Amino acid sequence: MTVQMLSIIGAVVAVAVGSISPALAEGRAITAAMEGIARQPEAAGSLSRTLFVGLAMIETMAIYCLVIALLLLFANPFAR
Amino acid sequence: MNRSPLAITILFHIGIVPISRTVVTTWGLMAALTGGCWIATRSFRLDAGGWQAMIETVVIAIEEQIGELLNRDATPFLPLLGTLFIFLVVANLSGIVPGVTAPTAAVETPAALAAIVFLSVHFYGVRIQGLGPYLKGYLRPNPVMLPFNILSELTRSFSLAMRLFGNIMSGELVVAIILAMAGLLVPIPFMAFGILVGLVQAYIFSVLAAVYIGGGIGVIEK
Repeated sequence: MTVQMLSIIGAVVAVAVGSISPALAEGRAITAAMEGIARQPEAAGSLSRTLFVGLAMIETMAIYCLVIALLLLFANPFAR
Repeated sequence: MNRSPLAITILFHIGIVPISRTVVTTWGLMAALTGGCWIATRSFRLDAGGWQAMIETVVIAIEEQIGELLNRDATPFLPLLGTLFIFLVVANLSGIVPGVTAPTAAVETPAALAAIVFLSVHFYGVRIQGLGPYLKGYLRPNPVMLPFNILSELTRSFSLAMRLFGNIMSGELVVAIILAMAGLLVPIPFMAFGILVGLVQAYIFSVLAAVYIGGGIGVIEK
């Protein structure tokens, strides 16, 4: 196994495994926000704004995994 | 898929300073926005016509959003945050124009914008709270948290840049991969999704910048 093959496998695993928990967490956050809006439609404005900020925070985890994958694929320090 | 999304295309040099494709695109967008705003605001009157009413609606909507987020008068923050939002909308959507790559799809533009937000947090914090109370904010809730507060300042700016870069760049990458695999009309739904992602990311970047500035001036708990 060369370093290139290991890097490709590492990138795939980073994105695939790393996006599982953010996906679950975003689903839960949206469910909670939907319930809140259904119960109290007049709070929809502030709820959705907070939801967007929260989703961005959760999504950061997945973005970090993407950055690691890109570094492995295109800027790998060990594959020179 | 031979070109890395982290690579920089150098177009020409001014002296010893290399000018990349991203910078040229950004200059073009800046010129278009400045010229557009100059032409649009030149003929403002008291009885607004349709065009003026549209611009006023946009500005008032942004001002109200910032005011609701910060729970105070939004006037000092409107120039920075409004410009940030409008520039990001235009920059993210410029990738749709054939031959133009969105400047936010390269890592340097989001990094520069995040650096502006990082500096303006301290600028507004010191100017509104004063230097002493602002620095004391880093010792809250107790002085043990000082390294963590400084660390969170740095990592949130990094994640602000990486979020924008990752989303816009991955949108373009997905379109390129689908185009290489499938053919002519298949990538269109993904490009339409890219428009939505671009708008949402411009909104999220501006809202997070407003939240960070709100944390800096002490109206939002960090």
